[in-house]
Amino acid sequence: MATTKKKIAVSAKKQAQSNTSMPGKSKNFATAPINESLSNKEKIDLYRTIVGIRRFEERSLRAYNQGKIGGFLHLYIGQESVAAGIVSLMGKDDHIITAYRDHGHALAVGMSMNECMAEMYGKHTGCSKGKGGSMHFFAPDKNYWGGHGIVAGQTPLGAGLAFALKYKGLKGCALTFLGDGAVNQGSFMETLNLASLWDIPVVFVIENNGYSMGTSLKRSSAAENLAHRAEGFDMEWEVCDGHDVYEVREVANRAMTRAREKHKPFLLEIRTYRYRGHSVADANHEKYRTKEEIEEYKRTKDPVNVIKRQLLDDGTLTEDEAKRIDQEKKDEAEASAKFAEDSPVAPRGEIQTDVYWEVDNDTEGNLKGRYFFND
Amino acid sequence: MPLITYREAIKQALDEEILRDENVCIMGEEVAEYNGAYKVTEGLWEKHGDKRLIDTPISEAAFSGLAIGASALGIRPVVELMFMSFSYVAIDQLFNNASFCRYMSGGLMNIPIVVRGPANGGTNVGATHSHTPENMVANHPGLKVVCPSNAYDAKGLMKAAIRDNDPVFVMENTLLYGEKWEVPEEDYIVELGVANILKEGTDLTIVSHGRCSMISLNAAKTLEEIHGVSVEVVDLRSIRPLDEETILNSVKKTHRALLVEENKPYCGVDAQISHIIQLKAFDYLDAPVHRVSAIDAPQIYAKELENWQIPNEERIIEMALKAMM
Ligand SMILES: Cc1ncc(C[n+]2csc(CCOP(=O)(O)OP(=O)(O)O)c2C)c(N)n1
Ligand SMILES: [Mg+2]
Repeated sequence: MATTKKKIAVSAKKQAQSNTSMPGKSKNFATAPINESLSNKEKIDLYRTIVGIRRFEERSLRAYNQGKIGGFLHLYIGQESVAAGIVSLMGKDDHIITAYRDHGHALAVGMSMNECMAEMYGKHTGCSKGKGGSMHFFAPDKNYWGGHGIVAGQTPLGAGLAFALKYKGLKGCALTFLGDGAVNQGSFMETLNLASLWDIPVVFVIENNGYSMGTSLKRSSAAENLAHRAEGFDMEWEVCDGHDVYEVREVANRAMTRAREKHKPFLLEIRTYRYRGHSVADANHEKYRTKEEIEEYKRTKDPVNVIKRQLLDDGTLTEDEAKRIDQEKKDEAEASAKFAEDSPVAPRGEIQTDVYWEVDNDTEGNLKGRYFFND
Repeated sequence: MPLITYREAIKQALDEEILRDENVCIMGEEVAEYNGAYKVTEGLWEKHGDKRLIDTPISEAAFSGLAIGASALGIRPVVELMFMSFSYVAIDQLFNNASFCRYMSGGLMNIPIVVRGPANGGTNVGATHSHTPENMVANHPGLKVVCPSNAYDAKGLMKAAIRDNDPVFVMENTLLYGEKWEVPEEDYIVELGVANILKEGTDLTIVSHGRCSMISLNAAKTLEEIHGVSVEVVDLRSIRPLDEETILNSVKKTHRALLVEENKPYCGVDAQISHIIQLKAFDYLDAPVHRVSAIDAPQIYAKELENWQIPNEERIIEMALKAMM
């Protein structure tokens, strides 16, 4: 069994420890109803999203190394199937929020490579006009609420989105992503309690990639099964693997359905892996983990290869089609870099817009000479 | 004197204080095994071990509060915040407990902790990672706050902060970590609350702190060479306690003041200094007190715009010339 549910602490812990060397799968998630019902086109779209994120991230890394992108760059390479799988389950009243490793989720909800790349270049054509950068992508029109730089800072906001859905009588859920390091922030633990106490339809997704910067899970959390903490809040939880998009969908679907139908929160822990350093600045990431560990994951669990293999094996995709899609995504990523390069930086006056609604909208309060800004 | 980086100077201060006092320990995210996110503590874990260099989970509220509790029993924790921006998730601990426990206990509970980490913008990382909260800290009686502008001060102020019996915030700057200055090898401290005159002058006083002092110094040279304005640059070093005397003496001499800080202007440090100048040197002023600070908005990500948002030489010179009119 690749998933555990409501196990007692000890056996759940065992399960958690077996993460890095998963034995052969006993369950085929492709045949789960939620996946069986996918059309060929939908399956290929999953592949397209996963490959798209990979190629976009590779291109942004290149731009960073060329000095075109500044600040921090947290790449999603290795984790693509998590965002792609979960976002593919989103309906019109489902919302999503995440941390600073936000590019994958952004592309999965349908944000364009152009607006994302331009944002990282700090250009006016970026999704946030160049005001937020890599860590702060936003697209409310796609129910995507960021992109947040402070560890766990987004988690109460996610509960708030869910609170609003329930308040308005909408049958949706709020997907709230966080990392394995973020679980140790007080705000997250307070939020777990609120969500359960108030029956809020929020699905917390811990993307457990084993490390928070240079600190392994073992060195940061007293108990290694993170989802198990839900027990303390009388909340449902589950742990699963993240490299197989079908598995992600099967498990997340149950959590999301339950949230939508019963207004109940859910804590999902998905084991995944990041190939690169914490950010590109973390160049010595082979000091706190071994090269073998990275290579082993790439060899056996690479999200791009896993889905591709599955689609080739079941005849959904041919090698040629797979190559063509890959090339399309490379071209799209390349074009986005050109778009970003050619785009203008916002004028200096933009520094002081988008601060106050009232000032931007020239309300009477603003016109009356009330003091909003220094100088 | 050896020429060393600001980063190295802080490391030396920590290293020497760990050796001097068995109660000094360092706590924070990635400070030990990873050698510090900005490599300030590089090599210290290897040298001093787990007891003195303590890696924490990402739980700023918990470990800041824990440090406060430990300090009550005589431990002298130096808490590293990877960015001062992250103090915001620990505000209750830092702004309620660290600042008020002494007062509320009628002086019975002392809190000798140091909270250190970079507090600066100009690094293209967006609003959540670019805070300069020295004004917020200074707004809490019971807390002390220093902003070293160079390696000599960084080492001397850090040592003074560690030996101090009150909670002291040391605001560092990632853009200064790699810069070099002369730093003596022998033990010294820079007393809290003593400003430093970086350059003497007769026509205009620039009061600044942190990296802005260095930018102001460069601007002062241009003002002198190109515009014939003789500028005195006062580097505050310490925001609370504040060296009021040095500021006032300089303004009384030059009769004009320009205040430069990277912080946002609204209720900023310089608002306080401006108040002190008008109150205590009003009759000496030949012009209103001028200010240059960050353009009043959350920190923008785009590099070109951020470089304009925070004080630069161009904006300082322009405002200095206005103050001279
Ligand atoms: C409050 C706060 N503390 C520290 C940081 C610095 N920081 C950014 S990401 C990170 C590690 C987080 O790890 P994890 O939650 O596992 O997410 P991952 O990076 O693995 O996706 C740290 C310490 C921060 N941004 N905010
Ligand atoms: Mg992680």
